[in-house]
Amino acid sequence: MKILVCISHVPDTTSKINFTDGDTKFDTNGVQFVINPNDEFGLTRAMWFKEKQGANVTVVNVGGPETEPTLRKALAIGADAAIRVNTDAKDGFQVAKELAAVVNDGGFDLVIAGRESIDYNGGMVPGMLAGLINANFVTNCISLEIDGTNATAMREIDGGKETVSTSLPLVIGGQKGLVEESDLRIPNMRGIMMARQKPLSVVEPTNASVETTSVKFEKPAPKGAVTLVDPDNIDELINLLHNEAKAI
Amino acid sequence: MSVLVYTESEQGKFKKTAFEVASYAKAVADQLGTSVTAVTINAGDGSELGQYGVDKVLNVSNGDLDKFNANAYASVIEQAAKQEGANVVVLSSTADSKYIAPLVAIGLEAGYASNVVEAPSSTAPFTVKRTAFTNKAFNLTSIDTTNKVIGVSKNAFGLVASSGNATSEDFSPSIPSSGVTVQSVDKATDKVTIADAEIVVSGGRGLKGPENWGMIEELAEVLGAATACSKPVSDLGWRPHSEHVGQTGKPVASNLYIAIGISGAIQHLAGINSSKVKVVINTDPEAPFFKAADYGVVGDAFEVVPVLIEKLKAFKAQNA
Ligand SMILES: Cc1cc2nc3c(=O)[nH]c(=O)nc-3n(C[C@H](O)[C@H](O)[C@H](O)COP(=O)(O)OP(=O)(O)OC[C@H]3O[C@@H](n4cnc5c(N)ncnc54)[C@H](O)[C@@H]3O)c2cc1C
Ligand SMILES: Nc1ncnc2c1ncn2[C@@H]1O[C@H](COP(=O)(O)O)[C@@H](O)[C@H]1O
Repeated sequence: MKILVCISHVPDTTSKINFTDGDTKFDTNGVQFVINPNDEFGLTRAMWFKEKQGANVTVVNVGGPETEPTLRKALAIGADAAIRVNTDAKDGFQVAKELAAVVNDGGFDLVIAGRESIDYNGGMVPGMLAGLINANFVTNCISLEIDGTNATAMREIDGGKETVSTSLPLVIGGQKGLVEESDLRIPNMRGIMMARQKPLSVVEPTNASVETTSVKFEKPAPKGAVTLVDPDNIDELINLLHNEAKAI
Repeated sequence: MSVLVYTESEQGKFKKTAFEVASYAKAVADQLGTSVTAVTINAGDGSELGQYGVDKVLNVSNGDLDKFNANAYASVIEQAAKQEGANVVVLSSTADSKYIAPLVAIGLEAGYASNVVEAPSSTAPFTVKRTAFTNKAFNLTSIDTTNKVIGVSKNAFGLVASSGNATSEDFSPSIPSSGVTVQSVDKATDKVTIADAEIVVSGGRGLKGPENWGMIEELAEVLGAATACSKPVSDLGWRPHSEHVGQTGKPVASNLYIAIGISGAIQHLAGINSSKVKVVINTDPEAPFFKAADYGVVGDAFEVVPVLIEKLKAFKAQNA
């Protein structure tokens, strides 16, 4: 089985979010980038398929050279090879089209992406990719088993979960649950050394068209100060929630 | 030309988000000078959608669609858009609609913007405002294709009543075969889900242990609320994973969010930023949650919550 794990390179969750160039660009100054958490769950599940079922695992990112340390980290965790599609990611559709070209070239059976990335939270790429390559698609995926070309997956739905059966070729939008958090791996020295020897190929983009354009960023208006209510005066809290906030 | 909206239902009843996306579609249609068509799947009578600005309802009723299937549902929406000559397709942010939307976008070769919070600020270029960086910012995005798919954030636009009437037609699209089959669904039907809830009552590690959740559940019951928790609480197994909210858990976009014994770490707040009114109950006045909340009580949950439950019961009885 050939698995492609899509890796989105995102600001660490505690990063300060600022913008430059008249609020048109994300300010990367001082920001630490990490593997998108949903992709880390997927990568870890892919490692399981590698170790238990002999799968071959390639990681891919659509982005500039600055994303290579993130791909190297994925190699250090255990992926066999990495591909970087050398173009800035501008929108979900464009990324999905670039990834579709990678899947078609590489003959991957299973693509593991994340439910959403934590920078744009688009939740666009995996579904669009599945549509483009005509593969089956399961998102919000919290468990995945593969047996030959058959797959069984669990999907989180509003208020519960759903078990589905499907088959390869398959695209997954993974999230926490796909593996336990305690299964996540921190690259060790040996992994980091080995990652240096592993192939990281840079491929040129197909120059897929872009369907949406980021015009500008805005920050939410600063919030007013909290209204404190005395613990001995809960009536006041109810009064405020009813009359002022109109929330109850 | 028209604006097409997919109005989601469950067991023959529209979800509240269906009315919200209908309201949104109406706003877009007004800007474009056109009408709104809704497509419904096994929803029964769709005429009530008229109250939220829908002019025409395409009713699909088909036993093969009783179980959710993203491919088939996306295909139905696509066929409806083509029949109506709709360039703009509006969907909600439920788990199912977020699953369908990218597939619809591919089918219609449409640019797609998700998590949209306002009506378009302009229609040429077609520009929408969406959340980004887990609600820490907004991004103005223009959709540059002829066809456009918009996913509307829950509780961001609200319900806007209209006085119109909706006409209703049967619609019989072809249903493609699909490679994904639902085997079983495991869902508590008697509980309000976090996704649907107007009010969410959430507990953190400050509650000390699972045995103390009785008062959280009771408070939720009085308010008709869903229960939720912070990540460590689900990691410790005090509560199920499906209740974990935050950046790595579920997003909450309720009208009211009550956080009890939760410190307010940035990853927790990332998941609840789009809730309208936030209340925190915490013993520590320095807890970061007080900076994010609208109302706060510095106090011990084990004293405050039981009083709150009693007073709310009295309040509900009075206002019933
Ligand atoms: C990558 C990453 C992702 C994460 N994702 C999430 C996420 O999605 N969701 C999430 O919730 N967390 C997430 N976290 C964890 C987050 O950083 C915090 O550790 C977590 O939110 C803290 O949970 P808590 O507030 O319940 O517990 P604590 O931080 O232990 O806070 C307990 C609070 O209870 C108060 N308290 C104690 N006793 C009482 C009492 N008797 N009455 C009232 N108050 C009392 C205390 O003053 C304290 O403020 C993530 C962390 C990382 C690194
Ligand atoms: N630039 C990218 N390169 C590779 N994979 C990506 C990229 N952007 C998004 N993805 C994948 O698509 C998932 C969902 O991203 P998004 O649609 O941006 O929310 C991510 O979790 C990744 O697995």
